[in-house]
Amino acid sequence: MIGRDLLGIEDLEREEIERILETAEHMREVGRRDVKKVPTLRGRTVINLFFEASTRTRASFEIAGKRLSADVVNFSPSGSSLKKSESIFDTAKTLDAMDADAVVVRHGVAGVPKRIADLLEAPVINAGDGAHEHPTQALLDCFTVLQRKGRIDGLTVTIVGDILHSRVARSNVHAFRKLGAEVRVAAPPTMLPTRVEETLGVKAFTSLREALDGADVVMALRIQSERLEGAFFPSVREYSATFGIDRAKLSYAKEDAIVMHPGPINRGVELSHDVADHRPSVILDQVRNGVALRMAVLYLFAGRDPHGSVAGPGGSA
Amino acid sequence: MSRWILRGGRLLDPATETDEVCDLLIDEGRVAARGRDLEAGDTREIDAAGRWVCPGFVDLHTHLREPGQEYKEDIATGGRAAAAGGFTAVACMANTQPVNDDPATTDFIIDRAEHDSPVRVYPVAAATRGLEGKVMTEMSALVAAGAVAFSDDGKTIMDTGVMRRVLEYSRLVNVPVITHAEDRTLVSGGVVNEGEVSTRLGLPGNPALAEEVLIVRDLALAEFTGAHLHVAHVSTRGGVTAIRAAKERGVHVTAEVAPHHLALTDLEVLEFDTNAKVAPPLRSAADRDACRAALCDGTIDAIATDHAPHALHEKELDFREAPPGMIGFETAVAVVLDLVRCGEIAPLELVRRLSTQPARILARPGGSLEVGAVADVTLVDPERSWLYDPAKGYSKSQNSPWAGCTLTGRPTHTFVDGRLVYDVERGILT
Amino acid sequence: MQRLTQSTPQRPQDETDPRERPQAPRGPSRVLLDDQGIQRSLMRIAHEIVERSAEPDHLYLVAIPNGGVPLARRLAQGLREVADLSLPLGVLDTTLYRDDLLSSGRRPPLRRTEMPCSVDGHVVVLVDDVVKSGRTIRAAMDALKDFGRPRAIQVVGLIDRGHRELPIKLDYVGKNVPTKLDEAIELREVDGAEGALEMVIYEAPGAAADGEGER
Repeated sequence: MIGRDLLGIEDLEREEIERILETAEHMREVGRRDVKKVPTLRGRTVINLFFEASTRTRASFEIAGKRLSADVVNFSPSGSSLKKSESIFDTAKTLDAMDADAVVVRHGVAGVPKRIADLLEAPVINAGDGAHEHPTQALLDCFTVLQRKGRIDGLTVTIVGDILHSRVARSNVHAFRKLGAEVRVAAPPTMLPTRVEETLGVKAFTSLREALDGADVVMALRIQSERLEGAFFPSVREYSATFGIDRAKLSYAKEDAIVMHPGPINRGVELSHDVADHRPSVILDQVRNGVALRMAVLYLFAGRDPHGSVAGPGGSA
Repeated sequence: MSRWILRGGRLLDPATETDEVCDLLIDEGRVAARGRDLEAGDTREIDAAGRWVCPGFVDLHTHLREPGQEYKEDIATGGRAAAAGGFTAVACMANTQPVNDDPATTDFIIDRAEHDSPVRVYPVAAATRGLEGKVMTEMSALVAAGAVAFSDDGKTIMDTGVMRRVLEYSRLVNVPVITHAEDRTLVSGGVVNEGEVSTRLGLPGNPALAEEVLIVRDLALAEFTGAHLHVAHVSTRGGVTAIRAAKERGVHVTAEVAPHHLALTDLEVLEFDTNAKVAPPLRSAADRDACRAALCDGTIDAIATDHAPHALHEKELDFREAPPGMIGFETAVAVVLDLVRCGEIAPLELVRRLSTQPARILARPGGSLEVGAVADVTLVDPERSWLYDPAKGYSKSQNSPWAGCTLTGRPTHTFVDGRLVYDVERGILT
Repeated sequence: MQRLTQSTPQRPQDETDPRERPQAPRGPSRVLLDDQGIQRSLMRIAHEIVERSAEPDHLYLVAIPNGGVPLARRLAQGLREVADLSLPLGVLDTTLYRDDLLSSGRRPPLRRTEMPCSVDGHVVVLVDDVVKSGRTIRAAMDALKDFGRPRAIQVVGLIDRGHRELPIKLDYVGKNVPTKLDEAIELREVDGAEGALEMVIYEAPGAAADGEGER
């Protein structure tokens, strides 16, 4: 059922997503114990191969791996400020030589985890590749919504922000759609990808109000002002006024709508302070759920014998 | 003594509008006779039954990487790969190291070619110094040294004022200015065609608009200056439309298209294969179809491979870092034969675009098998099925999306100046 | 117009979907213990537990899913009836502690774990439906370590079918049933009778029909 690698939500069937979410629920319980550790991946090596800096996601994977008793190794090929491009082939060969049981890859350019996966026996988990996919983020987002709303079928999910450059947006669109939600995206015209409606199966809006109308879930994406200001939108001030979410704008959504954000938040830009910190916001849940979700992913993908399969119940009593 | 008789092949000579089965006699580097049942005398004979006998193919747009990047290709290996692809003459671009913006470098290339290349090599010199797009090069001196055209290919001259002066000045020497039409500010870091594929993959997109805008600009400049503009590697529907309209207005413009833009679309990059990364990028199906139609109706004059070798370690980088380009000499014929197989173009017309037109654009001999013409001859077996393994090819590099594919159609013999330089059974003959 | 490129070699997908993997072939079945039989055994065990426990109020029942759960509930009810005991009842999934996960490459689905309080100082009574190799009990003992330090651990197995691979003994047994390795024993709900359970044995396929059939 589940393939060898987790490269993107686009490749997953609905049943596979549900399986991962069910497993995460059980892993959440482990996180509530006094001794937050199980011996399941003892003696296995998980390598975090992060070409792009990331404290949060990497820490989340590291905690997840350690809670499963795996040995987690952090490997940052581009340590120095002079980033020398490393041949993917060379990287894969090095990992092979380390006998990794799972490799978690984050890279600034789409496609690298896939190309590494093509060269390695070990399973590869995509922790974010360019603007392409960030499957564990989308899975933990779905997990969080399920906890709060009890279901995803029939919900309206609105994603607001720089859709064009966002892997979180792409993965979430695929995930929520596969689980039966209606997905909308809202952004200034410069940040909506070409033919986004036909290609991703969403409704696209440049009016935040229309996009939020009746939404059950409001997801705000991080704006990268350093890179994009001036070219894609004129100023942070204008972005915040037209697409930033505050109490007033939130009132267009359903009364019990929840607010999400993958973090880190630019306070006052994507979300106003009170929206970020108070009741409708589930942002801290997202972070907590991240570890449980990543434990589920490592449990399901790591350390399998290359010719083994993700089996159902069995084994001797 | 090189006397050859090519027996019973299908003679396709666009220069004399000939498409018939007959024999061809080559003697002392020239076409000596043609007709049925020619008297042999003391000659070597090739049974050309079932083959096409064409004037040698001329590739207007290639990168031989010498001087400076010989680890990817050099004039010797590039020349051999070209011969194996049925090309008897290639024009090589100036983006070498150093840039070919100086008669000394042009001399060097010509000299190297004379010694090492089995095929003719015509250097295209840079239009601006260092390819910087600011100061034009010494066109007179460069033409005297042997340059056949000018181009900043690899880059675009973004300053419209500079491009105007380059085109105007080129009238002094009467050679084409070849434009690589991509508005850098619209390309904006794009690595694949902007469209459904780029939206799905989240890779930065390079819109067709970037090419269209620049082609429209350069056509206006060509019209204004009366110079001969040649548009390199056309890849878009909009570009084709603009060129067609300009030709109707009488603008002195010619255009070329690469085999990969006639055959492939941006779907090729779905697996992130960097061998499918090229500039301009592989485009949508509509763009590809427009290019095919344009080649057939004459809007696009010639086929040119844009042979662009890159080393394995360079293509093994991520999709953003990997340099764009693919090798093309040895696959070109098989790929473009598809147009004949699909009934879109007649064999004689295809050969015109591979040989006669490119020769005419460069104002060089070639593209003709008239009696007395230089004996640059290519024999093609259009039905021959073969497995393409770039590791077994003559190029130093292997960056081709057709690696491992079974192709149909292959040149079997290549003659330059009446000498057999390539034979598919024995390889390059020195 | 055909795609001319060869696609990158596909990594081999897992060959079987566990939902579709056929179960080990099963032969004819018969009922070992019907609902009444199960209830009688559990009540007897409840009495035995009370007799042997010096401090019965330190007991803590821990069910091993799936089969152990309804049995532990009934046992708790029995202990309430016999000795008016109100004991903590936990559920402890042992999947993450299995010793065969990595070697088999399998990833069985996880089950609920709910431990209402720490096991420190308690006498834990593990409850499972069928005990064979002893590995599940061993995994449960490993798991219990992460919930505190029990004063003692005892094991209730409704069916002991033999074939131990580890030195695990049962403190309380419902029924000893010698079996062949290729037979299977399962606790299941009775069709049409809500809440009723039965313990069923499946003989190996091809076993000679011996006139017994289902009782």
